[in-house]
Amino acid sequence: MLYNRSSFHSPFSLKEKFFNLDLILLFSILLLGIISVFAQFSSSGGNFDYYSKSHIVRFGVFFILFLVVAFTPIRIWHGTSFLMFLILLLLLLFVKFYGVQSQGSRRWVNLYIINLQPSEIMKISIILFLSNYYHKISEGDVNKVRYLLYPVIAIMAPFILVLTQPDLGTAILILLSGVVVTWLAGVKWKIFAYLSLATIILAPLAISFLKPYQKSRILTFLNPELDPLGAGYQIIQSKIAIGSGGLYGKGFLNGSQAYLNFLPEKHTDFIFTLYSEEFGFIGSIFMIFLYSLITYRIIKIGNETRSIFGKLYCFGFANAFFIYVAVNMSMVLGLLPIVGAPLPILSYGGSSMLAIMFGLGIVMSCNVYKNSAVG
Amino acid sequence: MLSFNSSNIASKTRTIGRRMFLLNSIKAVVLLGIFGRLASLQINESSKYRSLADKNRFRETKFAPPRGVIKDYFDKEIASNTRIYQLHFIPENTPDIDKLLVRLKNLIALSDRQITRIQKKIKKKKKWETVIISDNLSWSEFSKLNLFLHELEGAQPVVSVARIYKNNASAHAIGYVSEISPRDIRNKKYLQDLNIAGIAIGKTGLESTLDEEMLGSPGFLRYEVNAYGKKIKQVSIDEGLKGKTFRTTLDNEVQVFSAKLLENVSGAACVMDIYNGDIISMVSSPSFNPNSFIHGIKSKEWNGLLNNKDKPLLNKAISGLYPPGSTIKTLTAISALENDVVSSKLVVRCKGFIDLHGERFHCWKKKGHGVVGMRTALKKSCDVYFYEVARRLGIDRLAATAEKFGLGKKVLQNYNEEKPGVVPNTKWKIQELGKNWYIGETLHSGIGQGYFLTTPLQLTLMTAQIANGGFKIKPRILIDGNEQIGNLQKYLNHKNSTPGNIMSLDDQIFNFGLKPLFRNQENINLVKDAMFAATNEIGGTSYGSRHQKKQFMFAGKTGSSQIKRFTSEQREAEVKQKNITYLDRDHAWFVAFAPVSDPKYAISVLVEHGGSGSSAAAPLAKKIIKKVLERHQNRMSYPEKTQENI
Repeated sequence: MLYNRSSFHSPFSLKEKFFNLDLILLFSILLLGIISVFAQFSSSGGNFDYYSKSHIVRFGVFFILFLVVAFTPIRIWHGTSFLMFLILLLLLLFVKFYGVQSQGSRRWVNLYIINLQPSEIMKISIILFLSNYYHKISEGDVNKVRYLLYPVIAIMAPFILVLTQPDLGTAILILLSGVVVTWLAGVKWKIFAYLSLATIILAPLAISFLKPYQKSRILTFLNPELDPLGAGYQIIQSKIAIGSGGLYGKGFLNGSQAYLNFLPEKHTDFIFTLYSEEFGFIGSIFMIFLYSLITYRIIKIGNETRSIFGKLYCFGFANAFFIYVAVNMSMVLGLLPIVGAPLPILSYGGSSMLAIMFGLGIVMSCNVYKNSAVG
Repeated sequence: MLSFNSSNIASKTRTIGRRMFLLNSIKAVVLLGIFGRLASLQINESSKYRSLADKNRFRETKFAPPRGVIKDYFDKEIASNTRIYQLHFIPENTPDIDKLLVRLKNLIALSDRQITRIQKKIKKKKKWETVIISDNLSWSEFSKLNLFLHELEGAQPVVSVARIYKNNASAHAIGYVSEISPRDIRNKKYLQDLNIAGIAIGKTGLESTLDEEMLGSPGFLRYEVNAYGKKIKQVSIDEGLKGKTFRTTLDNEVQVFSAKLLENVSGAACVMDIYNGDIISMVSSPSFNPNSFIHGIKSKEWNGLLNNKDKPLLNKAISGLYPPGSTIKTLTAISALENDVVSSKLVVRCKGFIDLHGERFHCWKKKGHGVVGMRTALKKSCDVYFYEVARRLGIDRLAATAEKFGLGKKVLQNYNEEKPGVVPNTKWKIQELGKNWYIGETLHSGIGQGYFLTTPLQLTLMTAQIANGGFKIKPRILIDGNEQIGNLQKYLNHKNSTPGNIMSLDDQIFNFGLKPLFRNQENINLVKDAMFAATNEIGGTSYGSRHQKKQFMFAGKTGSSQIKRFTSEQREAEVKQKNITYLDRDHAWFVAFAPVSDPKYAISVLVEHGGSGSSAAAPLAKKIIKKVLERHQNRMSYPEKTQENI
């Protein structure tokens, strides 16, 4: 018998659960959190009141949430993944019509205490949902058209809803997160090839739906010097800031970005620019190491988890997490167009922090309950 | 889960593992790419970017757009913006800061203390951040600076916009602006988002409550600088969004007039339209110069304001709490009549005092008023009569009437500093003081002494609601563009356009959705008539301050709120108020409505330590009433005029 313990009551004592925590992952997250507070402190020019205060509170609250999620049996997350997906889809629809509007897009739903951005949570929920889905169906069915329909709808529905908010960055991240899970589950190359072909054919149509500023961002990426004072401005400024940081950096609070307001999103999407300018190449490498370590530990947990659901989720989340980091860093380094993707934990923003900490919590839950059945 | 066989799981696991391995390899490649890019930017090309960062870079300054303006009813600006001249400099563009400061010391009035303060500021800021040397230069200083600019390398004369207040009369109603403080940033969310150092924000009054809307949204100026930090070209400018302009119901001319009248006393005066609740005037005295705060108040002036015993910074019209004194007798009478406790025919014999419940209660007139009825009692403000009425009425019924007429709660929603005051009743006393109510306190409350606390604006509202025939009005000080005419105003318009058409009271209330505060309007009219007598009949308390001309005639009620009870020796010696020390003197009240033939406005005047209402407050009210009535025609015709212009 593989599973000899009953899944209806908690199989471990609290002590056992605690020893099942991946402490390296836990401390990496804590360290990242601490660094993020300092980075936010610097982003507001050494003023505690602007961003760092609420950032520290958010990190504290969501870290506790992370622990709570980690100690919640994994079968609960498995059992509720579909419901959660459905609720978020409805919230996205709700936001479409009644959302809080800010700077031309409707992304937030007013929950009285906080303004929640359902699209951020959707990035995690799509992984959960698809992991659950592929956990249930047998390997032979994966490539049947009937079984492909659900994942395609499940990915495209939130993708289109978020894209038209408009929020290109988050939409792409949702798409990628979903596609990676389907790919891991064993969907054939051929199918992806067909779908990509269809996308390429439909791309001109899609581009006509893009907002002018999104079009200009893509064009600017292709040639930033085309418009050095407009949309290319951010990329150039970011490169100058990072480059001028040099090997050792300019030192904490000595960066030029925060004080000159070059980058309107200096505390969100461009936080790495600010960090990299102040701590230089060495600091940046350390940051990349920290993110890689976290990704590695997530993959390790995925390897040790027995359930297909847990594996798919951990791998899916590890990839998504890596994609967030890679997309954000490539963006500020001028390797990708600026699409609006926050850097996990380091960037300011409640919903993104909530999503990441929740996602990490489920990974940890996979580790704590690695030997128990999911459903 | 258990329905799947283990080979299925194993095969799935293999597929996932294989594909994950592939993805991990891609990750490694991506990481290598990012690593390489970082190395190339920060190590290989570091010197290039460093010189780019130093030599040829973009600068950005954020600035606040002009603050929204506050206007009076006639669109005259009460709080407006003016052009100011400032001197800025950026430390890194200045070769020799000390030399510059020494040179400046000779050109503009710059004390040694200011210089040390500037030097401290420079140390705290980044070397490329703008430092403001002087934020309000005179024109002659400014032109002199421009003349010698070639000697002042790094200095930048700047023309900017700042708040200016035309006069001190509305300093309390409008409030003032001053430089943002760390505490403001902590407490107000919108200021955190604004993030402009040194911006002037509203601190009190309307400036404070309308601050967010009047600030507008900030603009920015982006420009390119050369190796020496000189601006070579302006890249882009965003003007920001100008703050919203507000129109108030105040009449600046009346404000100035009242403030001038109250100049030498400590007190407040409020005038209200009795039909639509518009606040025509609201002044508090002594006033202060709101312009002093804009560029940072001098500590000497600040201490002077703080230590002044008359509290110039307090808006006495809405935050000053005083017992209403005899002005409350109007409500005591209405309450007693409405509750059928006494009839209007009740007569009481006043012999100067009354002994009740083993205590002696004095009338203000030692000899007594003799036998008085309700009308005479109000006219002559007989205390003994109202002791008897209050005794029969009881405090809880009086409190209910007082609250109905607007006492005990804030009149406006536009002021953070407004105080609600106190309408005492038995429950209140047990809750707040933990003690039972004594009947003696009922008698004191009946003549407006004891626990009662009111603001001048509350008493204006009370008087207005008596004067308009006992209908509820909603006072306002701001005119919103799309505000509808009040029901009472509609009724008035109807009455004026069809003079012959006499509607029954029930029809009036029903047709115009009026909110009556009475059960029987006769009771209100009786009090109005008694107030007429108090001012316009011989023997009335404010007879000396009456207007002879019919169009200015008003009806009012005096009052004085006790600071200290008379000792029996003082009472025997008939000590006059003006002979006791200033701080022990009673506060003087006068509330009135005018003109008597067709009431339009209600007024209240408070003079702190003024002695008696008839000698200190009523003469001031008389003058203000004349002024307001003279302006009535202008006010009525004003809105139409603007509509024609549009």
